[in-house]
Amino acid sequence: MTVSLPRMISDRRVPTNFDWRLVAATSAILLIGLVSLYSVAGGGTTPIYQRQFYWMLLGWATFGLMTVVDYRVLARYAYVGYGVVMLLLMLVLVVGRSSQGAQRWLSVGGLSIQPSELAKLAVLFVLASYFAERRVVGGYRIAQLTVPMLLVLAPLVLVMKQPDLGTALTLLFLFLAMVAVVGIRSRTLVVGALLFVMLFPFLWQGVWHSLKDYQRARLVTFLDPSADPLGKSYHLMQSKIAIGSGGWFGKGFQEGTQSQLKFLPEAHTDFVFSVLAEEWGFIGAIVVIGLYLTVLLLGMDAAIRARDMLGSLLAVGVVAMIGFNLIINVAMTSGLLPVVGIPLPLMSYGGTAMVVTMTGLGVVMNVRIRRLLLFH
Amino acid sequence: MSYISPPQDQVKALHDRLLWMAVILCGIVALLVVRLWGLQVWYGDYYHQLSEQNRLRHVPIQAPRGLIYDRAGRLLVTNVPSLNLYVVEEDMSDPSATIAEISRTLGLTEDEVRDRINKRRESAYTPVLIKQGLTLSEAARLETHRLSLSGLKIEVEARRRYLYGPMASHLLGYVGEVTAEQLDAAKDDSLSPGAIIGQSGLESSYDHWLRGRDGMKRVEVDALGHERRVVDAVEPVRGDDLYLTIDMELQRVAEEALGDRAGAVVAVDPNSGDVLAMVSHPSVDPNLLSGNMSTAEWTKLVNDSEHPLTNRVIQGVYPPGSVFKIPVAAAALESHQIRPEDHLFCQGGLQFGRRYFHDWKAGGHGDIAMNDAIAQSCDVYFYRLGSEMGVDTIAKYATEFGLGQPTGIALSSERHGIVPSTDWKVKAMGEPWYPGETLSVAIGQGYVGVTPLQMADLIATVASGGRRYQPHLVKAMQDRDSGRLEAFPPTRLADAAVSAKTFRILRTALTAVVEGEHGTGGAARSKLVSIAGKTGTAQVVGSANAGQVKAPTGFEDHAWFVAFAPVESPEIAIAVLVEHGGHGGSAAAPVAKQMIEHYLRPEPSTPGSAPPGEVTDTKPAKKPMRG
Repeated sequence: MTVSLPRMISDRRVPTNFDWRLVAATSAILLIGLVSLYSVAGGGTTPIYQRQFYWMLLGWATFGLMTVVDYRVLARYAYVGYGVVMLLLMLVLVVGRSSQGAQRWLSVGGLSIQPSELAKLAVLFVLASYFAERRVVGGYRIAQLTVPMLLVLAPLVLVMKQPDLGTALTLLFLFLAMVAVVGIRSRTLVVGALLFVMLFPFLWQGVWHSLKDYQRARLVTFLDPSADPLGKSYHLMQSKIAIGSGGWFGKGFQEGTQSQLKFLPEAHTDFVFSVLAEEWGFIGAIVVIGLYLTVLLLGMDAAIRARDMLGSLLAVGVVAMIGFNLIINVAMTSGLLPVVGIPLPLMSYGGTAMVVTMTGLGVVMNVRIRRLLLFH
Repeated sequence: MSYISPPQDQVKALHDRLLWMAVILCGIVALLVVRLWGLQVWYGDYYHQLSEQNRLRHVPIQAPRGLIYDRAGRLLVTNVPSLNLYVVEEDMSDPSATIAEISRTLGLTEDEVRDRINKRRESAYTPVLIKQGLTLSEAARLETHRLSLSGLKIEVEARRRYLYGPMASHLLGYVGEVTAEQLDAAKDDSLSPGAIIGQSGLESSYDHWLRGRDGMKRVEVDALGHERRVVDAVEPVRGDDLYLTIDMELQRVAEEALGDRAGAVVAVDPNSGDVLAMVSHPSVDPNLLSGNMSTAEWTKLVNDSEHPLTNRVIQGVYPPGSVFKIPVAAAALESHQIRPEDHLFCQGGLQFGRRYFHDWKAGGHGDIAMNDAIAQSCDVYFYRLGSEMGVDTIAKYATEFGLGQPTGIALSSERHGIVPSTDWKVKAMGEPWYPGETLSVAIGQGYVGVTPLQMADLIATVASGGRRYQPHLVKAMQDRDSGRLEAFPPTRLADAAVSAKTFRILRTALTAVVEGEHGTGGAARSKLVSIAGKTGTAQVVGSANAGQVKAPTGFEDHAWFVAFAPVESPEIAIAVLVEHGGHGGSAAAPVAKQMIEHYLRPEPSTPGSAPPGEVTDTKPAKKPMRG
């Protein structure tokens, strides 16, 4: 099935099914993110919020692009994209720019891009394509999962080499979510495994508290040496203080002492949620979390209504990607998890992540638009 | 490539799974909301408090310390601005680089810098003083590194400045950062870590008044410890100024007269107890002591065999030698052991039991009465008196002159000295008193121990005819802000229980010591003023034969001279001790003479331009003199 570009754009379903709620919720999150960045970070010749704004525009552009080109067309290039990203991942290990003990960035022109973020998209598409092309009745067996496992492990190992624990975990979770969608032999196992992974932050607490101090330190160092270069649980404590001191209504815009006086580390990246929670309080935090939940549930809705398996898989993949990062990030900043470097999607400063997340949401919109037209 | 739509039952199963996933997602997000509620609402106050503690630091504002003036209103001790370098350990992002830079800039070794940082008590947020009085170029250099090396603070603070350097240093004392022990011992909360307080001398005794009350400001700091703004402040209250009884010009004369010999000089006004000068040598410049000395420098000072930190005037205990003949003579007269006109025969020594007690004069003084016995310091005369009176009678009268007890001067660590008695010996040594020991005591040797201040007190008592005052150092205290002046009048003590007649006899004899043809204190004779005095030689090695042969260095006798002037109506009483100075007459007497001539000079002359000849007429006596 081939479609010409003018035909795709003039597809009458595009305006009809275009979901303004998704755009509105996303825009709201982005705006709040920019306000938080404006509050804490000037810095550099171009202020960070300004640079983030440009990345956001680029993000909307890819969102639009992802919306207009049918996802089934996009999926044809899944393996090509996967190959390119694998090359970039290898390249970054050789010529990448290091920062804080990790080699993550490739400089292209004046921009720094993070191939590990692109790996999320590549894995999303390649897994969705792979699973969608196969029809396994009654669920997958382990042996049938070998190829997709290899597809995810290859970039995962390269990402771990950098090291970038956060992205590696995201890739792993993406795989599990996809498997959950296509189903494995026992449905109970699916639910169980999913439960385990999603409850991991909370289970982790139990395990974590049963460890001795030096064991914990060792574990964290082992998992991610770049996570806590200062040692101590200084970052975590400062973040909890920031969030907790926000109270019901927060300290007000640019009044957050923890973030303004730089007690909060990485306030513009991994800990931007703490800035928000300090300055806008519990009310501000649940508003933002509500917006995220709206976006994620619209994604799940898109997956349920998708016209085919590929659409469902793509939509769930994007929800898993964003949802996992959201949950881990909030759990981390509120002290439920040790510091793993996972940014908050759409809000943390970071160009590649912004574009990747917006692309993902574009894919969700794409799937929503091209769902079965029951009323036409 | 094409995608096949799945059969209906599979679509149903897929939808079920997707619904479950959405439910689980909602559940986990709900858990996060609960967590946030816990942090922000349930424990919100607690975390708010923590964030305030993070943000606000309590920084003490040093109160300007009170100034110190002498009796004539000359400024002795003041405060000058000083650039001080502090380090906040917690704020150092790269301690080793910071320490290396400090060490390079200030010329200290890295160990010295570490040593200072480790001396801190309290929390790692407390700034630790690394160096006082940075030069401008040091400060500029550190300032340029301040952004890259966090945790450094340069503060402009008042620094204690002792304008006369080492002069009167033991009396004035010095200041330093409060120690852990002092903090623990403090009764109120007026002391905070890092406070500068008096550590010895008057700085310590009058610290409570000099210190004032430190203020406190609350400042907002960022994570690097840089101050952003002052939230609020309690202003400090400046300390009171002190006006001393000291006459700094007299002090200077005494310091210079003693020179670099080890010893002590103290002058008091017998009519009030005002201490006019107080010298202890060797001394250390309090400007150094009040700075930031390294542990090594301290150890060196503390272990110095010359004990430069000891105030010999109140802490040095020496045998009084023949100066002790004054209370012994008083005891003999008062107890009617002898009349002044009674003669005893001195043949150059006295056999007592199995031991022969020498007189300092080999041939003896022949037939001798009280006046000459004191003037010529005849030992045999006093051996006789002592052995007949017994040690307890001597002790009784020595105590009347204030010996064997602290004078109560407002300086800490004053020593008592020893006035031996039969009771004392049983208590102190668990042995009975041997009569032969009384002979040594009668000439101020043996167990007798006195401080130079007690000697000054003794001669002042003789000068005033028995009126006694507690030696005191501070005439007045002034609150600079309100101008309120609080004067400290002299404290009169009980008169010495010695008759006026006895004092007359003593004064005549002591005048003969200086003025008489054979007096041992001829070196103090002045053409300007009549001086009375007494020489003394304290044996370092307790031997009856000491002084007969020249002792090796370090074992030479200590030289004493006590004096008062003018004889007719005394205005000044002085005690001089020169360690290992040999004979009191030659070593110590000229010091007292110079001081008296300076103090009683009719017209105040400009320092350093005293007319030669008259004032400096200190030809040594032709005969070797012996106390």
